[in-house]
Amino acid sequence: FAGLADVSISEDIPVEGEITVPVGSRSPDEDYSTLDEPVRDTIMRDLKAVGKKFVHVMYPKKSSALLRDWDLWGPLVLCVSLALMLQGGSADSKDDGGPQFAEVFVIIWFGAVVITLNSKLLGGTISFFQSLCVLGYCVLPLTVAMLVCRLVLLAGSGTVSFIIRLIVVVAMFGWSTLASTAFLADSQPPNRKALVVYPIFLFYFVISWMILTFTPQ
Amino acid sequence: IASLVMYLFAEFDDAANLLAANPDATTISIDEPVEIPKNQHSRLQEPGREEDDELLGTDDSDKTELLAGQKKSAPFWTFEYYQTFFDVDTYQVLDRIKGSVFPVPGKNFVRLYIRSNPDLYGPFWICATLVFTIAVSGNLSNFFIHLGKPTYHYVPEFRKVSIAATTIYAYAWLVPLALWGFLMWRNSKVMNIVSYSFLEIVCVYGYSLFIYIPTAILWIIPQKVVRWVLVMFSLCLSGSVLVMTFWPAVRDDNRRIALATVGTIVLLHALLAVGCLAYFFDAPELDFPAPIIPAHNGTTVVTKSQ
Repeated sequence: FAGLADVSISEDIPVEGEITVPVGSRSPDEDYSTLDEPVRDTIMRDLKAVGKKFVHVMYPKKSSALLRDWDLWGPLVLCVSLALMLQGGSADSKDDGGPQFAEVFVIIWFGAVVITLNSKLLGGTISFFQSLCVLGYCVLPLTVAMLVCRLVLLAGSGTVSFIIRLIVVVAMFGWSTLASTAFLADSQPPNRKALVVYPIFLFYFVISWMILTFTPQ
Repeated sequence: IASLVMYLFAEFDDAANLLAANPDATTISIDEPVEIPKNQHSRLQEPGREEDDELLGTDDSDKTELLAGQKKSAPFWTFEYYQTFFDVDTYQVLDRIKGSVFPVPGKNFVRLYIRSNPDLYGPFWICATLVFTIAVSGNLSNFFIHLGKPTYHYVPEFRKVSIAATTIYAYAWLVPLALWGFLMWRNSKVMNIVSYSFLEIVCVYGYSLFIYIPTAILWIIPQKVVRWVLVMFSLCLSGSVLVMTFWPAVRDDNRRIALATVGTIVLLHALLAVGCLAYFFDAPELDFPAPIIPAHNGTTVVTKSQ
Protein backbone atom coordinates (compact mmCIF):
# COMPACT_ATOMS: atom_id res chain seq x y z
CA PHE A 1 0.00 0.00 0.00
CA ALA A 2 2.98 2.25 -0.34
CA GLY A 3 1.59 4.02 -3.36
CA LEU A 4 -1.54 5.04 -1.55
CA ALA A 5 0.28 7.00 1.07
CA ASP A 6 0.07 10.22 -0.88
CA VAL A 7 -3.50 9.87 -1.98
CA SER A 8 -5.60 12.41 -0.18
CA ILE A 9 -9.24 13.18 -0.45
CA SER A 10 -10.28 16.76 0.12
CA GLU A 11 -12.50 17.27 3.06
CA ASP A 12 -15.51 18.74 1.34
CA ILE A 13 -16.31 15.76 -0.86
CA PRO A 14 -18.44 13.40 1.18
CA VAL A 15 -17.53 9.80 0.79
CA GLU A 16 -20.36 7.44 1.38
CA GLY A 17 -20.81 3.79 1.15
CA GLU A 18 -21.22 0.59 2.93
CA ILE A 19 -18.57 -1.84 3.70
CA THR A 20 -20.18 -4.94 5.01
CA VAL A 21 -19.34 -8.51 4.41
CA PRO A 22 -22.59 -10.37 4.10
CA VAL A 23 -22.77 -12.89 6.88
CA GLY A 24 -24.07 -16.01 5.23
CA SER A 25 -25.90 -15.62 1.89
CA ARG A 26 -28.89 -13.45 1.22
CA SER A 27 -31.34 -16.25 1.63
CA PRO A 28 -29.60 -18.63 3.89
CA ASP A 29 -31.98 -21.46 3.18
CA GLU A 30 -31.29 -21.63 -0.55
CA ASP A 31 -27.60 -21.89 -0.97
CA TYR A 32 -26.78 -24.49 1.59
CA SER A 33 -29.76 -26.56 2.50
CA THR A 34 -30.97 -27.53 -0.94
CA LEU A 35 -27.91 -29.71 -1.11
CA ASP A 36 -28.65 -31.19 2.23
CA GLU A 37 -32.37 -31.58 1.97
CA PRO A 38 -33.86 -34.96 1.32
CA VAL A 39 -34.38 -35.90 -2.32
CA ARG A 40 -38.08 -36.14 -1.70
CA ASP A 41 -38.23 -32.43 -0.92
CA THR A 42 -36.41 -31.53 -4.10
CA ILE A 43 -38.66 -33.63 -6.27
CA MET A 44 -41.83 -32.54 -4.52
CA ARG A 45 -40.95 -28.88 -5.00
CA ASP A 46 -40.64 -29.32 -8.73
CA LEU A 47 -43.72 -31.50 -8.90
CA LYS A 48 -45.70 -28.94 -6.99
CA ALA A 49 -44.58 -26.22 -9.39
CA VAL A 50 -45.63 -28.35 -12.34
CA GLY A 51 -48.92 -29.20 -10.69
CA LYS A 52 -49.63 -25.57 -9.92
CA LYS A 53 -49.12 -24.74 -13.56
CA PHE A 54 -51.48 -27.52 -14.60
CA VAL A 55 -54.13 -25.94 -12.41
CA HIS A 56 -53.45 -22.57 -13.99
CA VAL A 57 -54.00 -24.04 -17.43
CA MET A 58 -57.26 -25.71 -16.50
CA TYR A 59 -58.59 -22.49 -14.98
CA PRO A 60 -56.92 -19.83 -17.08
CA LYS A 61 -56.92 -16.48 -15.40
CA LYS A 62 -54.52 -13.77 -16.35
CA SER A 63 -51.95 -14.66 -13.77
CA SER A 64 -48.30 -14.30 -14.53
CA ALA A 65 -47.18 -17.28 -12.50
CA LEU A 66 -47.05 -19.43 -15.60
CA LEU A 67 -44.92 -16.92 -17.38
CA ARG A 68 -42.59 -15.99 -14.59
CA ASP A 69 -41.35 -19.36 -13.45
CA TRP A 70 -41.25 -21.24 -16.67
CA ASP A 71 -40.18 -24.82 -16.83
CA LEU A 72 -40.28 -27.41 -19.56
CA TRP A 73 -40.94 -30.51 -17.45
CA GLY A 74 -44.67 -30.24 -17.83
CA PRO A 75 -44.59 -29.90 -21.63
CA LEU A 76 -42.19 -32.83 -21.85
CA VAL A 77 -44.41 -35.08 -19.77
CA LEU A 78 -47.49 -34.05 -21.72
CA CYS A 79 -45.82 -34.48 -25.08
CA VAL A 80 -44.45 -37.91 -24.26
CA SER A 81 -47.76 -39.15 -22.86
CA LEU A 82 -49.69 -37.80 -25.84
CA ALA A 83 -47.26 -39.39 -28.28
CA LEU A 84 -47.44 -42.70 -26.41
CA MET A 85 -51.21 -42.69 -26.40
CA LEU A 86 -51.27 -42.03 -30.14
CA GLN A 87 -49.40 -45.24 -30.74
CA GLY A 88 -50.97 -48.59 -31.30
CA GLY A 89 -53.37 -47.50 -33.96
CA SER A 90 -53.49 -49.03 -37.44
CA ALA A 91 -50.15 -50.58 -36.87
CA ASP A 92 -50.36 -53.01 -39.75
CA SER A 93 -49.77 -50.63 -42.60
CA LYS A 94 -46.78 -48.51 -41.82
CA ASP A 95 -47.28 -46.15 -44.68
CA ASP A 96 -50.81 -45.00 -44.21
CA GLY A 97 -51.24 -45.26 -40.51
CA GLY A 98 -51.33 -42.65 -37.87
CA PRO A 99 -48.39 -40.56 -36.80
CA GLN A 100 -45.39 -42.30 -35.34
CA PHE A 101 -44.00 -41.34 -31.95
CA ALA A 102 -41.23 -39.26 -33.47
CA GLU A 103 -43.66 -37.45 -35.73
CA VAL A 104 -45.88 -36.37 -32.85
CA PHE A 105 -42.87 -35.28 -30.84
CA VAL A 106 -41.44 -33.28 -33.73
CA ILE A 107 -44.76 -31.69 -34.59
CA ILE A 108 -45.34 -30.51 -31.03
CA TRP A 109 -41.88 -29.18 -30.35
CA PHE A 110 -41.12 -27.86 -33.81
CA GLY A 111 -44.58 -26.31 -34.01
CA ALA A 112 -44.13 -24.61 -30.65
CA VAL A 113 -40.71 -23.27 -31.68
CA VAL A 114 -42.07 -21.92 -34.96
CA ILE A 115 -44.98 -20.22 -33.25
CA THR A 116 -42.66 -18.68 -30.69
CA LEU A 117 -40.34 -17.41 -33.41
CA ASN A 118 -43.33 -16.04 -35.26
CA SER A 119 -44.56 -14.10 -32.27
CA LYS A 120 -41.11 -12.75 -31.54
CA LEU A 121 -40.60 -11.70 -35.15
CA LEU A 122 -43.90 -9.88 -35.08
CA GLY A 123 -42.62 -7.83 -32.18
CA GLY A 124 -43.76 -9.76 -29.14
CA THR A 125 -42.10 -9.10 -25.83
CA ILE A 126 -42.31 -12.55 -24.38
CA SER A 127 -39.15 -14.56 -23.98
CA PHE A 128 -38.48 -17.67 -26.01
CA PHE A 129 -38.74 -20.26 -23.26
CA GLN A 130 -41.69 -18.62 -21.57
CA SER A 131 -43.65 -18.96 -24.78
CA LEU A 132 -42.56 -22.58 -25.23
CA CYS A 133 -43.61 -23.25 -21.65
CA VAL A 134 -47.10 -21.80 -22.16
CA LEU A 135 -47.68 -23.58 -25.46
CA GLY A 136 -46.50 -26.87 -24.00
CA TYR A 137 -48.61 -26.62 -20.88
CA CYS A 138 -51.71 -25.75 -22.89
CA VAL A 139 -51.52 -29.16 -24.54
CA LEU A 140 -52.91 -30.51 -21.25
CA PRO A 141 -56.62 -30.30 -22.24
CA LEU A 142 -55.85 -32.17 -25.44
CA THR A 143 -53.98 -34.86 -23.53
CA VAL A 144 -57.04 -35.26 -21.33
CA ALA A 145 -59.13 -35.49 -24.50
CA MET A 146 -56.85 -38.23 -25.83
CA LEU A 147 -57.26 -40.17 -22.61
CA VAL A 148 -61.04 -39.85 -22.82
CA CYS A 149 -60.99 -40.91 -26.48
CA ARG A 150 -59.04 -44.04 -25.73
CA LEU A 151 -61.41 -44.93 -22.95
CA VAL A 152 -64.43 -44.36 -25.19
CA LEU A 153 -62.84 -46.44 -27.92
CA LEU A 154 -62.46 -49.30 -25.47
CA ALA A 155 -66.22 -49.31 -25.18
CA GLY A 156 -66.84 -49.39 -28.91
CA SER A 157 -66.09 -47.59 -32.14
CA GLY A 158 -69.43 -46.87 -33.71
CA THR A 159 -71.13 -43.64 -34.57
CA VAL A 160 -72.10 -42.81 -31.01
CA SER A 161 -68.55 -43.13 -29.79
CA PHE A 162 -67.42 -40.96 -32.69
CA ILE A 163 -69.86 -38.23 -31.76
CA ILE A 164 -68.76 -38.34 -28.14
CA ARG A 165 -65.13 -38.16 -29.20
CA LEU A 166 -65.86 -35.29 -31.56
CA ILE A 167 -67.56 -33.24 -28.88
CA VAL A 168 -64.81 -33.89 -26.36
CA VAL A 169 -62.00 -33.09 -28.78
CA VAL A 170 -63.66 -29.90 -30.04
CA ALA A 171 -64.28 -28.72 -26.50
CA MET A 172 -60.71 -29.41 -25.41
CA PHE A 173 -59.35 -27.79 -28.55
CA GLY A 174 -61.29 -24.64 -27.75
CA TRP A 175 -60.06 -24.76 -24.16
CA SER A 176 -56.42 -25.12 -25.21
CA THR A 177 -56.60 -22.28 -27.68
CA LEU A 178 -58.37 -19.97 -25.25
CA ALA A 179 -55.96 -20.81 -22.42
CA SER A 180 -52.85 -20.16 -24.46
CA THR A 181 -54.32 -17.00 -25.95
CA ALA A 182 -55.16 -15.75 -22.46
CA PHE A 183 -51.55 -16.14 -21.43
CA LEU A 184 -49.83 -15.00 -24.58
CA ALA A 185 -52.01 -12.27 -26.00
CA ASP A 186 -50.90 -9.56 -23.63
CA SER A 187 -47.33 -9.61 -24.77
CA GLN A 188 -48.15 -8.90 -28.39
CA PRO A 189 -48.44 -5.54 -30.10
CA PRO A 190 -52.12 -4.63 -30.18
CA ASN A 191 -52.72 -4.49 -33.93
CA ARG A 192 -51.09 -7.86 -34.58
CA LYS A 193 -52.89 -10.02 -32.07
CA ALA A 194 -54.81 -11.92 -34.73
CA LEU A 195 -51.60 -12.61 -36.62
CA VAL A 196 -50.17 -14.25 -33.51
CA VAL A 197 -53.29 -16.13 -32.43
CA TYR A 198 -53.93 -17.76 -35.80
CA PRO A 199 -50.82 -20.01 -35.82
CA ILE A 200 -51.67 -21.13 -32.27
CA PHE A 201 -55.14 -22.05 -33.53
CA LEU A 202 -53.60 -24.00 -36.42
CA PHE A 203 -51.18 -25.79 -34.08
CA TYR A 204 -53.86 -27.05 -31.72
CA PHE A 205 -56.11 -27.86 -34.67
CA VAL A 206 -53.49 -30.22 -36.07
CA ILE A 207 -53.02 -31.90 -32.70
CA SER A 208 -56.79 -32.24 -32.33
CA TRP A 209 -57.02 -33.76 -35.78
CA MET A 210 -54.40 -36.35 -34.85
CA ILE A 211 -56.37 -37.18 -31.71
CA LEU A 212 -59.72 -37.38 -33.44
CA THR A 213 -58.54 -39.60 -36.28
CA PHE A 214 -56.90 -42.11 -33.98
CA THR A 215 -58.31 -45.50 -34.82
CA PRO A 216 -57.21 -48.52 -32.85
CA GLN A 217 -56.34 -51.63 -34.73
CA ILE B 1 -28.32 34.47 -35.99
CA ALA B 2 -31.37 34.57 -33.76
CA SER B 3 -33.40 35.96 -36.65
CA LEU B 4 -32.16 33.17 -38.91
CA VAL B 5 -33.26 30.63 -36.33
CA MET B 6 -36.66 32.31 -36.06
CA TYR B 7 -36.98 32.23 -39.83
CA LEU B 8 -36.22 28.51 -39.90
CA PHE B 9 -38.79 27.85 -37.19
CA ALA B 10 -41.38 29.77 -39.21
CA GLU B 11 -40.62 27.58 -42.22
CA PHE B 12 -41.04 24.51 -40.08
CA ASP B 13 -44.40 25.78 -38.86
CA ASP B 14 -45.62 26.29 -42.39
CA ALA B 15 -44.59 22.85 -43.39
CA ALA B 16 -46.24 21.38 -40.31
CA ASN B 17 -49.48 23.22 -41.05
CA LEU B 18 -49.47 22.03 -44.64
CA LEU B 19 -48.87 18.50 -43.53
CA ALA B 20 -51.61 18.69 -40.93
CA ALA B 21 -54.01 19.80 -43.62
CA ASN B 22 -53.11 16.99 -45.96
CA PRO B 23 -51.61 14.23 -43.88
CA ASP B 24 -51.14 11.73 -46.65
CA ALA B 25 -49.22 13.99 -48.96
CA THR B 26 -45.82 12.85 -50.02
CA THR B 27 -43.24 15.10 -48.52
CA ILE B 28 -39.94 15.64 -50.21
CA SER B 29 -37.00 17.17 -48.45
CA ILE B 30 -33.74 17.95 -50.09
CA ASP B 31 -31.43 15.56 -48.35
CA GLU B 32 -33.72 12.68 -47.62
CA PRO B 33 -35.14 10.22 -50.07
CA VAL B 34 -38.82 10.24 -50.89
CA GLU B 35 -41.15 9.04 -48.16
CA ILE B 36 -44.16 7.01 -49.11
CA PRO B 37 -47.17 7.28 -46.76
CA LYS B 38 -47.48 4.28 -44.50
CA ASN B 39 -51.16 3.65 -45.21
CA GLN B 40 -50.57 2.01 -48.51
CA HIS B 41 -54.18 1.00 -48.84
CA SER B 42 -55.64 4.48 -48.54
CA ARG B 43 -55.72 4.79 -52.33
CA LEU B 44 -55.05 8.48 -52.38
CA GLN B 45 -52.88 8.03 -55.46
CA GLU B 46 -54.86 8.97 -58.53
CA PRO B 47 -55.42 6.11 -60.93
CA GLY B 48 -53.61 7.96 -63.67
CA ARG B 49 -50.40 7.82 -61.75
CA GLU B 50 -50.38 4.06 -61.94
CA GLU B 51 -50.00 4.21 -65.70
CA ASP B 52 -47.29 6.84 -65.45
CA ASP B 53 -45.42 4.72 -62.97
CA GLU B 54 -45.59 1.78 -65.29
CA LEU B 55 -44.25 3.82 -68.17
CA LEU B 56 -41.44 5.21 -66.06
CA GLY B 57 -40.26 1.74 -65.31
CA THR B 58 -36.65 2.12 -64.22
CA ASP B 59 -37.25 5.22 -62.13
CA ASP B 60 -39.72 3.35 -60.04
CA SER B 61 -37.41 0.41 -59.62
CA ASP B 62 -34.62 2.80 -58.63
CA LYS B 63 -36.86 4.23 -55.96
CA THR B 64 -37.66 0.76 -54.80
CA GLU B 65 -34.02 -0.11 -54.64
CA LEU B 66 -33.37 2.95 -52.52
CA LEU B 67 -36.22 2.17 -50.20
CA ALA B 68 -35.34 -1.48 -50.04
CA GLY B 69 -31.78 -0.61 -49.20
CA GLN B 70 -32.92 1.79 -46.55
CA LYS B 71 -35.29 -0.53 -44.78
CA LYS B 72 -33.14 -3.54 -44.23
CA SER B 73 -30.24 -1.79 -42.66
CA ALA B 74 -29.57 -4.30 -39.92
CA PRO B 75 -26.88 -6.86 -40.72
CA PHE B 76 -28.24 -10.23 -41.69
CA TRP B 77 -26.97 -12.06 -38.64
CA THR B 78 -29.08 -10.05 -36.22
CA PHE B 79 -32.63 -10.78 -35.23
CA GLU B 80 -33.77 -7.28 -36.22
CA TYR B 81 -32.99 -8.01 -39.84
CA TYR B 82 -35.57 -10.77 -39.93
CA GLN B 83 -38.04 -8.69 -38.01
CA THR B 84 -38.23 -6.32 -40.96
CA PHE B 85 -39.84 -9.12 -42.95
CA PHE B 86 -42.65 -9.40 -40.44
CA ASP B 87 -43.48 -5.74 -40.22
CA VAL B 88 -47.14 -6.08 -41.08
CA ASP B 89 -50.34 -5.45 -39.18
CA THR B 90 -53.46 -7.57 -39.24
CA TYR B 91 -55.33 -5.27 -41.59
CA GLN B 92 -52.44 -5.28 -44.06
CA VAL B 93 -52.37 -9.04 -44.21
CA LEU B 94 -56.12 -9.16 -44.66
CA ASP B 95 -55.93 -6.55 -47.41
CA ARG B 96 -53.29 -8.51 -49.24
CA ILE B 97 -55.34 -11.68 -49.02
CA LYS B 98 -58.34 -9.82 -50.34
CA GLY B 99 -56.26 -8.46 -53.19
CA SER B 100 -55.16 -11.92 -54.18
CA VAL B 101 -58.68 -13.31 -54.20
CA PHE B 102 -60.39 -10.46 -56.01
CA PRO B 103 -57.96 -9.34 -58.68
CA VAL B 104 -58.79 -5.89 -59.96
CA PRO B 105 -58.08 -5.75 -63.68
CA GLY B 106 -55.33 -3.31 -64.41
CA LYS B 107 -54.07 -3.01 -60.87
CA ASN B 108 -50.84 -4.74 -60.07
CA PHE B 109 -50.88 -6.71 -56.81
CA VAL B 110 -47.30 -5.91 -55.95
CA ARG B 111 -47.61 -2.24 -56.67
CA LEU B 112 -50.87 -1.84 -54.86
CA TYR B 113 -50.29 -3.85 -51.74
CA ILE B 114 -46.73 -4.77 -51.27
CA ARG B 115 -44.56 -2.17 -52.86
CA SER B 116 -42.86 -0.85 -49.80
CA ASN B 117 -43.19 -3.76 -47.50
CA PRO B 118 -42.92 -7.38 -48.60
CA ASP B 119 -43.57 -9.73 -45.74
CA LEU B 120 -42.85 -13.35 -45.07
CA TYR B 121 -45.70 -13.91 -42.65
CA GLY B 122 -48.34 -14.36 -45.36
CA PRO B 123 -46.45 -16.78 -47.60
CA PHE B 124 -45.27 -18.95 -44.72
CA TRP B 125 -48.55 -19.32 -42.89
CA ILE B 126 -50.69 -19.55 -46.01
CA CYS B 127 -48.49 -22.43 -47.18
CA ALA B 128 -48.71 -24.10 -43.77
CA THR B 129 -52.49 -23.76 -43.74
CA LEU B 130 -52.70 -25.07 -47.27
CA VAL B 131 -50.60 -28.13 -46.42
CA PHE B 132 -52.83 -29.12 -43.54
CA THR B 133 -56.02 -28.21 -45.36
CA ILE B 134 -55.15 -30.41 -48.31
CA ALA B 135 -54.11 -33.31 -46.10
CA VAL B 136 -57.20 -33.08 -43.88
CA SER B 137 -59.63 -32.52 -46.74
CA GLY B 138 -58.14 -35.37 -48.74
CA ASN B 139 -58.46 -37.67 -45.77
CA LEU B 140 -62.07 -36.59 -45.13
CA SER B 141 -63.00 -36.88 -48.78
CA ASN B 142 -61.62 -40.39 -49.05
CA PHE B 143 -63.44 -41.33 -45.88
CA PHE B 144 -66.78 -40.18 -47.26
CA ILE B 145 -66.23 -41.78 -50.63
CA HIS B 146 -65.38 -45.18 -49.22
CA LEU B 147 -67.79 -45.01 -46.32
CA GLY B 148 -70.28 -47.67 -47.21
CA LYS B 149 -67.86 -50.34 -48.36
CA PRO B 150 -67.47 -53.33 -46.09
CA THR B 151 -63.78 -53.80 -46.79
CA TYR B 152 -62.81 -50.24 -46.02
CA HIS B 153 -60.83 -49.53 -42.90
CA TYR B 154 -60.17 -45.89 -42.17
CA VAL B 155 -56.53 -44.84 -41.97
CA PRO B 156 -55.41 -41.31 -41.13
CA GLU B 157 -52.77 -41.31 -43.90
CA PHE B 158 -50.36 -39.22 -41.97
CA ARG B 159 -47.51 -39.72 -44.42
CA LYS B 160 -49.29 -37.54 -46.91
CA VAL B 161 -48.83 -34.51 -44.70
CA SER B 162 -45.08 -34.53 -45.17
CA ILE B 163 -45.45 -35.05 -48.91
CA ALA B 164 -47.88 -32.15 -49.13
CA ALA B 165 -45.56 -29.97 -47.09
CA THR B 166 -42.57 -30.70 -49.31
CA THR B 167 -44.49 -30.05 -52.49
CA ILE B 168 -46.12 -26.84 -51.47
CA TYR B 169 -43.13 -25.27 -49.79
CA ALA B 170 -40.94 -26.24 -52.74
CA TYR B 171 -43.39 -24.62 -55.11
CA ALA B 172 -43.69 -21.49 -53.03
CA TRP B 173 -39.93 -20.96 -52.72
CA LEU B 174 -38.16 -22.61 -55.64
CA VAL B 175 -40.41 -21.33 -58.40
CA PRO B 176 -40.05 -17.70 -57.23
CA LEU B 177 -36.29 -18.26 -57.02
CA ALA B 178 -36.18 -19.53 -60.59
CA LEU B 179 -38.45 -16.77 -61.79
CA TRP B 180 -36.41 -14.11 -60.04
CA GLY B 181 -33.20 -15.45 -61.52
CA PHE B 182 -34.78 -15.51 -64.95
CA LEU B 183 -36.08 -11.95 -64.62
CA MET B 184 -32.70 -10.72 -63.42
CA TRP B 185 -31.04 -12.33 -66.40
CA ARG B 186 -33.49 -10.76 -68.83
CA ASN B 187 -33.15 -7.46 -67.04
CA SER B 188 -29.46 -7.44 -67.75
CA LYS B 189 -30.17 -7.79 -71.45
CA VAL B 190 -33.18 -5.55 -71.92
CA MET B 191 -33.44 -2.29 -70.03
CA ASN B 192 -36.63 -0.62 -68.87
CA ILE B 193 -38.19 -3.62 -67.30
CA VAL B 194 -40.08 -3.29 -64.05
CA SER B 195 -38.11 -5.47 -61.69
CA TYR B 196 -39.20 -7.13 -58.53
CA SER B 197 -37.07 -8.17 -55.63
CA PHE B 198 -36.98 -11.82 -54.64
CA LEU B 199 -39.10 -11.19 -51.55
CA GLU B 200 -41.80 -9.49 -53.56
CA ILE B 201 -42.04 -12.47 -55.89
CA VAL B 202 -42.22 -14.85 -52.92
CA CYS B 203 -44.93 -12.64 -51.47
CA VAL B 204 -47.02 -12.70 -54.64
CA TYR B 205 -46.75 -16.44 -54.94
CA GLY B 206 -47.55 -17.00 -51.29
CA TYR B 207 -50.64 -14.83 -51.32
CA SER B 208 -51.79 -16.23 -54.64
CA LEU B 209 -51.93 -19.68 -53.06
CA PHE B 210 -54.59 -18.50 -50.64
CA ILE B 211 -57.48 -19.23 -53.01
CA TYR B 212 -56.57 -22.91 -52.91
CA ILE B 213 -57.49 -23.15 -49.23
CA PRO B 214 -61.27 -22.81 -49.67
CA THR B 215 -60.92 -24.75 -52.90
CA ALA B 216 -59.35 -27.66 -51.04
CA ILE B 217 -62.13 -27.59 -48.49
CA LEU B 218 -64.74 -27.65 -51.24
CA TRP B 219 -62.97 -30.54 -52.94
CA ILE B 220 -64.44 -32.76 -50.25
CA ILE B 221 -67.60 -32.83 -52.37
CA PRO B 222 -67.24 -36.10 -54.26
CA GLN B 223 -68.37 -34.97 -57.68
CA LYS B 224 -65.90 -34.80 -60.53
CA VAL B 225 -67.64 -31.93 -62.28
CA VAL B 226 -67.69 -29.82 -59.13
CA ARG B 227 -64.02 -30.45 -58.50
CA TRP B 228 -62.93 -29.51 -61.99
CA VAL B 229 -65.08 -26.40 -61.99
CA LEU B 230 -63.41 -25.41 -58.73
CA VAL B 231 -59.97 -26.02 -60.22
CA MET B 232 -60.74 -23.83 -63.20
CA PHE B 233 -62.23 -21.08 -61.09
CA SER B 234 -59.41 -20.85 -58.59
CA LEU B 235 -56.83 -21.16 -61.34
CA CYS B 236 -58.41 -18.22 -63.16
CA LEU B 237 -58.43 -16.05 -60.07
CA SER B 238 -54.93 -16.68 -58.80
CA GLY B 239 -53.51 -17.10 -62.26
CA SER B 240 -54.80 -13.71 -63.23
CA VAL B 241 -53.15 -12.16 -60.18
CA LEU B 242 -49.85 -13.71 -61.22
CA VAL B 243 -50.25 -12.74 -64.84
CA MET B 244 -51.12 -9.16 -64.04
CA THR B 245 -48.13 -8.97 -61.75
CA PHE B 246 -45.57 -10.38 -64.11
CA TRP B 247 -46.80 -9.14 -67.45
CA PRO B 248 -45.39 -5.62 -66.92
CA ALA B 249 -42.07 -7.15 -66.04
CA VAL B 250 -41.67 -9.03 -69.29
CA ARG B 251 -43.72 -7.16 -71.84
CA ASP B 252 -40.81 -5.00 -72.97
CA ASP B 253 -38.90 -8.10 -73.82
CA ASN B 254 -39.02 -10.22 -76.91
CA ARG B 255 -42.66 -11.13 -77.54
CA ARG B 256 -42.10 -14.84 -77.56
CA ILE B 257 -40.09 -14.89 -74.37
CA ALA B 258 -42.69 -12.78 -72.63
CA LEU B 259 -45.50 -15.09 -73.64
CA ALA B 260 -43.47 -18.17 -72.78
CA THR B 261 -42.69 -16.82 -69.33
CA VAL B 262 -46.26 -15.96 -68.50
CA GLY B 263 -47.42 -19.25 -69.95
CA THR B 264 -44.97 -21.20 -67.81
CA ILE B 265 -46.12 -19.38 -64.69
CA VAL B 266 -49.73 -20.29 -65.34
CA LEU B 267 -48.84 -23.83 -66.33
CA LEU B 268 -46.91 -24.49 -63.12
CA HIS B 269 -49.75 -23.06 -61.08
CA ALA B 270 -52.20 -25.34 -62.86
CA LEU B 271 -49.93 -28.34 -62.38
CA LEU B 272 -49.84 -27.73 -58.65
CA ALA B 273 -53.63 -27.65 -58.41
CA VAL B 274 -54.22 -30.66 -60.60
CA GLY B 275 -51.44 -32.63 -58.96
CA CYS B 276 -52.80 -32.05 -55.49
CA LEU B 277 -56.27 -32.98 -56.63
CA ALA B 278 -55.08 -36.20 -58.23
CA TYR B 279 -52.80 -37.33 -55.41
CA PHE B 280 -54.69 -36.44 -52.28
CA PHE B 281 -58.25 -36.94 -53.40
CA ASP B 282 -59.40 -40.31 -54.66
CA ALA B 283 -61.57 -40.34 -57.71
CA PRO B 284 -65.21 -40.38 -56.73
CA GLU B 285 -67.32 -43.25 -57.93
CA LEU B 286 -69.43 -42.26 -60.85
CA ASP B 287 -72.38 -44.33 -59.74
CA PHE B 288 -73.51 -45.33 -56.33
CA PRO B 289 -72.40 -48.81 -55.34
CA ALA B 290 -75.24 -51.24 -55.85
CA PRO B 291 -76.60 -52.97 -52.75
CA ILE B 292 -75.26 -56.33 -51.71
CA ILE B 293 -77.24 -59.14 -53.33
CA PRO B 294 -77.20 -62.39 -51.36
CA ALA B 295 -76.66 -65.26 -53.77
CA HIS B 296 -78.29 -68.66 -53.47
CA ASN B 297 -75.44 -70.48 -51.86
CA GLY B 298 -74.99 -67.91 -49.17
CA THR B 299 -72.10 -65.94 -50.50
CA THR B 300 -72.69 -62.29 -51.01
CA VAL B 301 -72.10 -60.67 -54.35
CA VAL B 302 -71.45 -57.00 -54.54
CA THR B 303 -71.97 -55.40 -57.91
CA LYS B 304 -70.95 -51.93 -58.71
CA SER B 305 -70.48 -50.11 -61.95
CA GLN B 306 -67.57 -47.80 -62.52
